[in-house]
Amino acid sequence: MREIIGIILIGIGVAFDVFGCIGLIRLPDVYNRLQAATKGVTVGTWGILIGVCVLVGFNSLGVKALLAVILIFFTSATASHALARGAHKSGTKLWKRSVCDRYEEDRKNAKIKN
Amino acid sequence: MRRVILFIDSFILWLLLTWTLNYQSLLVGAGFSLLVTVIFGKRFSQRPIKWFEPQRYFWLIVLYMPFFAWQCLKANVDVAYRVLHPKMPIEPGIVRVRTVLKSKIGRTVLANSITMTPGTLSVDIRDEYLYIHWIKVYAQDEENATRIIVKKFERFLVRIFE
Repeated sequence: MREIIGIILIGIGVAFDVFGCIGLIRLPDVYNRLQAATKGVTVGTWGILIGVCVLVGFNSLGVKALLAVILIFFTSATASHALARGAHKSGTKLWKRSVCDRYEEDRKNAKIKN
Repeated sequence: MRRVILFIDSFILWLLLTWTLNYQSLLVGAGFSLLVTVIFGKRFSQRPIKWFEPQRYFWLIVLYMPFFAWQCLKANVDVAYRVLHPKMPIEPGIVRVRTVLKSKIGRTVLANSITMTPGTLSVDIRDEYLYIHWIKVYAQDEENATRIIVKKFERFLVRIFE
């Protein structure tokens, strides 16, 4: 029973990883690609890690997998935030059919420095 | 005070990582925890008293984590649908939202939570304003965007970190 649940979780994780990779290819600009690349893949990796934890039980390997879940939560979010901010500051434009860009407006109106 | 908490926390992390009670490993762990405490002690936790209030842990572990996992899963399915759909129904844009959280750690976790739910990505934070890249813009004005993106996390985070 435990093995079945673990393997199902790993399968869901791999599926989300694949969707993330497809998004990375299909979506138009750097910001949308970051969305697919960092998040779809992160949740996929969580699925795999939790699946491993269920599969091997609550021993040294399983606890390491759970700790990796928490570490990925912070590092992945921070990295995607830094990449998006860096891309915007270096002048990368949004996709041509984007609806609005409040960040650009506020930077032009000098509400925020640099 | 905050240094003691940091030391205990890093030591617990070491114990979980090594998963052994061998005395040599404990000694090395204590040494490294001390090193971490000396380097990062000044920047850790502005108000250490918050660590001793059990209701914060209740809100974090029992209520916030399952809610966040559910949001994450729902939003992931949404993004997977948008990616796989032949016409790609996306309307991206950057909106500005506003938070009532005051503490630094609260704002950090709010920005990370927004980033981790697919469809929204925090680009920058200035004082109480966050700039969010949204893969499908449902509302361009500040109030409605705040209501949709921020409020659902904020009502938990106010209890945990404020």
